[in-house]
Amino acid sequence: MSEAIEPERARTGSAGPFRQFAGRFCRHKLAVVGLAVTAALILTALLAPLLSPHSPYSVSDTFSSPPSSRHWLGTDPVGRDVFSRLIAASRVSLAVGFATVALYVTAGTLIGLVSAYVGGWVDLIVMRVTDMFMAFPFLMVILVVVSVLGASLQTIVFVLALFSWPTVARLVRSSVLSLKEQDFVKAGRALGFGAPRILFRHLLPNALAPIVVNATFGVAGAILSESGLSFLGMGVQPPAASWGNMLGDAQSLTVLTDQPWLWLPPGLMLLIAVLAINFVGDGLRDALDPNG
Amino acid sequence: MTVITESNASRPLLQLEGVKKYYPSRKGLFAKGRIQAVDGVTLDVHAGETVGLVGESGCGKSTLGRTIIRLEHSDAGRILYDGEEITAYSVRRMRPLRTQMQMIFQDPYSSLNPRQRVEDILAEPLIAHGLPRGEDARRSVGKLLDLVQLPRSSRSRYPHEFSGGQRQRIGIARALALKPRLIVCDEPVSALDVSVQAQILNLLKDLQDELKLTYVFIGHGLGAVRYISTRVAVMYLGKIVELGETNRVFDAPRHPYTSLLLQAIPVADPRRRLRERLVLQGEAPNPENPPPGCRFHPRCPFARERCFSEAPSLTGNGHAAACHYPLG
Repeated sequence: MSEAIEPERARTGSAGPFRQFAGRFCRHKLAVVGLAVTAALILTALLAPLLSPHSPYSVSDTFSSPPSSRHWLGTDPVGRDVFSRLIAASRVSLAVGFATVALYVTAGTLIGLVSAYVGGWVDLIVMRVTDMFMAFPFLMVILVVVSVLGASLQTIVFVLALFSWPTVARLVRSSVLSLKEQDFVKAGRALGFGAPRILFRHLLPNALAPIVVNATFGVAGAILSESGLSFLGMGVQPPAASWGNMLGDAQSLTVLTDQPWLWLPPGLMLLIAVLAINFVGDGLRDALDPNG
Repeated sequence: MTVITESNASRPLLQLEGVKKYYPSRKGLFAKGRIQAVDGVTLDVHAGETVGLVGESGCGKSTLGRTIIRLEHSDAGRILYDGEEITAYSVRRMRPLRTQMQMIFQDPYSSLNPRQRVEDILAEPLIAHGLPRGEDARRSVGKLLDLVQLPRSSRSRYPHEFSGGQRQRIGIARALALKPRLIVCDEPVSALDVSVQAQILNLLKDLQDELKLTYVFIGHGLGAVRYISTRVAVMYLGKIVELGETNRVFDAPRHPYTSLLLQAIPVADPRRRLRERLVLQGEAPNPENPPPGCRFHPRCPFARERCFSEAPSLTGNGHAAACHYPLG
């Protein structure tokens, strides 16, 4: 009878979606560890010049020397301090990862939102274009583009983003297609809301969860892709350091067997970074989708 | 005090003239069919009354409701609001009229944006129409909550913290935010518990008296429609088959379909249960391919030869029925 008088859950204050989400995320132990490691990596990258004992570019008198008290992780064949280069590389690798994701997630989200909301032939054309991009043998195309445009950080970010947005666009499109049939979107139209308001206030906030999860995994993916390209010599160019081109330096069998300090640290860093970010992604996925 | 002039009083608030709505459907790879969801509906709704729309699922009553407030384009016919033809209005031209006509939705779980607080849900229509902002908007939200009898403390909560009935109250408050004259209620109580249904119906009635609202009330619960409506329109396969004052339609139906629909209401009295009654057989035919003649003839116990070939039109003063051989 007094159904209208007392709100169902008479808790003090209102547990907003964010607090609920944070609670669920913290229950995922690995995700919390991953978040801590990721934060430490980001901090390292930001403070790189302060943390590295040597300049990553300065050449010392010892070449390919094993770890010592002066060079904690030894020196590379040119005589540069591996530990300092490792720290400098974290800056490059993370920057590529985050910049790429920021670029393609923004583009993919906008494209997917508009495509699904407008529908009709716009949607048809956009979807065929995404199909085209997804059908490209993308490693080949990236190699060609990089060799044409020249390898630079901007080029790498651009080509990686160019071939990653379709996934996000399709993801956003599919959630918007189902969301726009919901009554709250119809109510928005009945109330005379303009398309931008419906797109960004009503559809986007409700489609955000899968985008955030995808973006997190995307950072790890972009870091790996950059490493792959750099390993092949098509990515970050020396003397700048990235984990990928440091691994690339270790392509000879003698280095592989006799000088593990050259390839073990960048390999481990790559592993740790990708694992940590993926754990964060897992945690986000579980926290944002309580039914999953 | 405003004096209602003669022409205003006699002119219906909403006039539908032969409104049709088709949906394309795919039959084969290339063959395209069309579903006649609403097939030539003519109906006047006068200011202050409640017109109930009833019929089985799929009879086009919800589509008609969405077409009235121009959430869907009609494919033929004319829609006039307060004498102004709005049939072909663009989204932009409809905008000012959005403050005049609103909708209450069936499912209170999908009709509220889960990411918005109640105060944002209620203030957004005002802000989008350049109406009060800031402190004025806050006050308006408080008044709206009072109107639908929700505590003012609800403002900072999210929809998931409310029960179905409370959510429906929020949906009603949102529809009232722009002070509309006409509200299309699309099965507003079908998703609620029976005890809550009565509360919401009473709230709608009170609001109608207080704010001089006009309702088009869509429902398949006959009890709810009878309770709230001044007049009732019975729909079958996209057409109105019977139209008249609520009590006359319910007490002395003239169309066999209405009669069968009413007899389908379960009787609570076991002594009356044994009474002979006709049962509505089968399901409504596919609206993509409606039967010729009277659309109801395949299921009608009284169908005669004329019904197989000739479609009846809605005739009769006051209490109209689309039947060659009306009952009573």
